[in-house]
Amino acid sequence: MTRISVKVDGVRYSDDVEPRTLLVHYLRETLGKVGTVVGCDTSNCGACTVHVDGRSVKSCNMLAVQADGREVTTIEGIATDGGLHPMQQAFHECHALQCGYCTPGMIMQAIDLVGENPDASEEEIREGMEGNLCRCTGYQNIVRAVQQAAGVMAGQAASSSQAGE
Amino acid sequence: MIPVAFDYVAPESVEDALAALAEAGDEGKVLAGGQSLLPVLRMRLNAPERVIDLSRIANLRGVCEDGDHIVVGAMTTHHEVAHDPLIRDHAAVLAEAASTVADPQIRHRGTLGGALAHADPAGDLGAPVLALDAELVVTGMGGERRVPATEFFTDLFETAVGDGELLTAIRIPKHTGWGGAYEKFVRVSHQWSIVGVAAVVKGSGGTVEQAKIGLTNMGSTPLRASAAEAALAGASGEAIAAAAAKAADGTTPPSDLNGASDYRAHLARVLTRRAVDRALGA
Repeated sequence: MTRISVKVDGVRYSDDVEPRTLLVHYLRETLGKVGTVVGCDTSNCGACTVHVDGRSVKSCNMLAVQADGREVTTIEGIATDGGLHPMQQAFHECHALQCGYCTPGMIMQAIDLVGENPDASEEEIREGMEGNLCRCTGYQNIVRAVQQAAGVMAGQAASSSQAGE
Repeated sequence: MIPVAFDYVAPESVEDALAALAEAGDEGKVLAGGQSLLPVLRMRLNAPERVIDLSRIANLRGVCEDGDHIVVGAMTTHHEVAHDPLIRDHAAVLAEAASTVADPQIRHRGTLGGALAHADPAGDLGAPVLALDAELVVTGMGGERRVPATEFFTDLFETAVGDGELLTAIRIPKHTGWGGAYEKFVRVSHQWSIVGVAAVVKGSGGTVEQAKIGLTNMGSTPLRASAAEAALAGASGEAIAAAAAKAADGTTPPSDLNGASDYRAHLARVLTRRAVDRALGA
């Protein structure tokens, strides 16, 4: 067993883990954060996407021991004060899901995408989401949701920077 | 799917990593970004007793200048390679190829050194490294040696990195002012290249002065399209298309579910023409 210390969704955890434990299994089975799901288990589908030190990764393709000392954000950690994150709200309003299984990973990747490219075109959004598969094939509404959320997030960034002046 | 149990060490220096590697011997496996290794471990295609993680070695990551070369640390991620200003200025084809590897999440974890040491013939980074005449820095207990890219890839998933050695850096001669373009053909956006072509071109006014062409997945290792390179010198207009038609000369590309050998040869010719045209700014 190896001792790791990880901050997940703002809370610091210290646990003994087997080195072979995948990050997604640590999140789900040790911490009970089952909002992050295992989809394909082959690092193709992106359903297990979380952020590590602020960037999107597939948590089925990383060992828990590799997250030692890092900061992890999951789908369970993005809402604030009981309100949905703008990306969650946009997925809800645009009906960007059917069965919903891919949604946690879609939302986490979409937040990373908009963070890197706030003015992403439709084509850039489609390319930026290439590592996330929706087998209900609901991509049209997913792209619309990312576009809508990007607008909301840009507005929030503008108003918070004004408030800071 | 869960890997077979293994011991894990995360050394903080190259010296400690080499010591760990020596101690583990045949039972050790080096973990870089893990984006190819972890699927292999999960599917239990490999079951090392000890995994040596290089991610805590700070000086293996990043890009710097060294005279007329740029030096890329082996643990620099694909995302970092794709966005690095030195690489974009002096080795543009590598930045572009890195930006096409797999998908964004994989590019945040996967590393240049890991991909090159893995030596998957369908991997996108061998061809640009070969076309750029890079040298691979291989470090062992006795010090480091520089291996030309032409000698680095020895066979399918095989490289010149020996037992007890690590690939630690990639030295690339500056190709400042040269055009670069990477063209690849895939059927599913984030999957491996069926064929890819890395073109590095010096020229102006629609005329090629010198071109260097690397091929992805046209054999068991990345290859240079030597016949096309020779024909491209001094070429313009239709002569470029004629030269690109030699891109598959001397290769014996594999046949698999993604494409037959002659189909791959066709792709290499078409993609070479496109890559050279784009690198030349035509």
